[in-house]
Amino acid sequence: MGKPEDGEKKILSKKLKDVEISVPIVYGNAAFWLGKKASEYQSHKWTVYVRGATNEDLGVVIKRAVFQLHSSFNNPTRVVEAPPFELSEAGWGEFEIAITLYFHSDVSDKPLNLYHHLKLYPEDESGPMSTKKPVVVELYDEIVFPEPSESFASRVQNHPVVSFPRLPAGFTLPPPVPAEDASRKRRGDTKDHPLSQWFLNFSEADELLQLAAARQQVQAHIAKLRRQISMIDGQHQQSKSVSDQ
Amino acid sequence: MDAKDILGLPKNVHPLTQEKKSRPQKDSQRKPDGISREVYALTGGVPPLMPSVDTSQLKKRPPTDEKVTWQWLPFTNSARKDNLQLYHWVRVVNGVPPTGDYSFAKYNKSVDVVRYTDEEYEKFLTDPMWTKDETDQLFDFCERFDLRFIVIADRFPSSRTVEELKDRYYSVSRAILVARAPSPGDVSGNPLVKEPYNVSQERERKRALSMVLSQTKQQERKDAEVIAEAKRITESRMVAQSADEPELPVASNSGLENAEKAIVLGDNVSPSSNAQLPSAAVSPSTLIADNALTLASLRMLRVYLRTYALDQMIQAASSSAGLRTIKRVEQTLQDLGVNLKPRVPTKAVCSEHLELRKEILTLLNLQKQLQYKEAEGSSFRDSPYETPGTPKDRMFIPDSMSFGGERVGKRDQKRKAPGRLTEAPSSPAQSKRPRKLKASDL
Repeated sequence: MGKPEDGEKKILSKKLKDVEISVPIVYGNAAFWLGKKASEYQSHKWTVYVRGATNEDLGVVIKRAVFQLHSSFNNPTRVVEAPPFELSEAGWGEFEIAITLYFHSDVSDKPLNLYHHLKLYPEDESGPMSTKKPVVVELYDEIVFPEPSESFASRVQNHPVVSFPRLPAGFTLPPPVPAEDASRKRRGDTKDHPLSQWFLNFSEADELLQLAAARQQVQAHIAKLRRQISMIDGQHQQSKSVSDQ
Repeated sequence: MDAKDILGLPKNVHPLTQEKKSRPQKDSQRKPDGISREVYALTGGVPPLMPSVDTSQLKKRPPTDEKVTWQWLPFTNSARKDNLQLYHWVRVVNGVPPTGDYSFAKYNKSVDVVRYTDEEYEKFLTDPMWTKDETDQLFDFCERFDLRFIVIADRFPSSRTVEELKDRYYSVSRAILVARAPSPGDVSGNPLVKEPYNVSQERERKRALSMVLSQTKQQERKDAEVIAEAKRITESRMVAQSADEPELPVASNSGLENAEKAIVLGDNVSPSSNAQLPSAAVSPSTLIADNALTLASLRMLRVYLRTYALDQMIQAASSSAGLRTIKRVEQTLQDLGVNLKPRVPTKAVCSEHLELRKEILTLLNLQKQLQYKEAEGSSFRDSPYETPGTPKDRMFIPDSMSFGGERVGKRDQKRKAPGRLTEAPSSPAQSKRPRKLKASDL
């Protein structure tokens, strides 16, 4: 992805108010136990990654990802300049990995930090460890860009990696900048990723259903409490009028 | 040979009990002998903070030319006036017992209380509030009780406050000191002269202290609430100000507009700060203002995570609620089987989650109201079996129960069953009725 020319950048850096672009991502790690090949310091092979929630190419938004490993690793600061943003290592210990995401210049000049606690050992420790099935920990989140620049918006308007809002009426975006096509040729998505069979599913619908059910219960309860309160109020009036007599 | 071999464990079992620390540096300095690898890895090769004694030092024997014996010897204590003779064990080196005073005698400290003569009293110390006899008595007590004024006040024959006693003692001492000094400059550095005892300030200090200490929990909580509210208002004003800044070039020619904004903001916020009743904690207008301000501050970040935004919104929405209420909201969420933090925090999920939290807040407020009314009602009817139980216990159990009955699996219901038993006897009639309805609904 080339740097946009300066003049162009100035024109296109206009902000879109009341528009919010969000990029659904999943970040986490998959760890395989090495079994017989495990040594004292290298018992697991693991991969930490930031991927699109639907495994689309994050390269349109993210320029670079920096993984900060534990200081006992050689070169603990690992820079990944192109998608997929992932890093594989071998080790025996769990620790927190700080992931700093840098964005393309028209997206945001500020980086974003993610923190992931590397997980190698299965939750229930009594279970036997298997070399076939990895330990996978993933978190769903969304990178939100409030008031994105016009150039960014037009660039990703029809890109599957972003959830693009409906534009306010009367809003038109300039046609996409052609420079973007070049980066598209390189495969940065994680659809055929060797680990993809282990990726977790994040269903928004399930979550919404659960919340809707909970809200229904709470609302029913509120209604019932209101009835009870008004009933008591009625009783008070009665007893008051009785005591007045 | 390692621990696993000794215990006869199979080799292929992974050492799960092993410290899950990251791998230690390979190129670090060699670890000293006698320290296990794990322990050394924890320090990371950094020198210890505590000074350590070389182990070879510990075994060193004292010089052999000394012959130490312990003897039962008599001693006198210079701190005593009765010359009482007691015995104790003494360390005797080479047959020579230690000389000098009893080593604990130096701890017998006494206060130097100034004494005055009759002429001095007549000349410098007369006070219409105090007779000479009373003053003499005070000074005797001061010496006897080492200036412990609380004790002195307790034993004093006439009723004088601690402040009065202190004032008399210090003013007399000061007057004597000044009168006896050859020139005023000689005693100007003396603490008695330099920092005279201030009765009125001392009285005020004690009054304020007792006021603070006698405050009830409720008053304290109210104060904390007011302070938190004030903090929130100043913060929101600051955010509003900085949010307005980008538009300043446009608005700068009309300062009136800004002033108006500030007034409007103030109006929005003030109702909740005036609200004293905890039941009216969350008024809708402040909620909307909160949201707008949170959104404004988020916008300034240019990029953020959805979960971060959700956290901020939750905080803003519950800023006027107490810590206990927030805990209760979370407990209710758990009872409903809802994740405290959404697993798939999309925009829609987050807004639903926020709405749910707000509804729960409303629910809790209504419960509080109902409880209050029930208590009021029972006092109306004056029937003994309907006195309200402890608020905390009753408020929540019926609810979590009905939630559990409706939604959560059997296992959870079982877990909650004891709550029903303990709660039943104190429960008033009103809250029983709806639960029966509920059972039939199922």
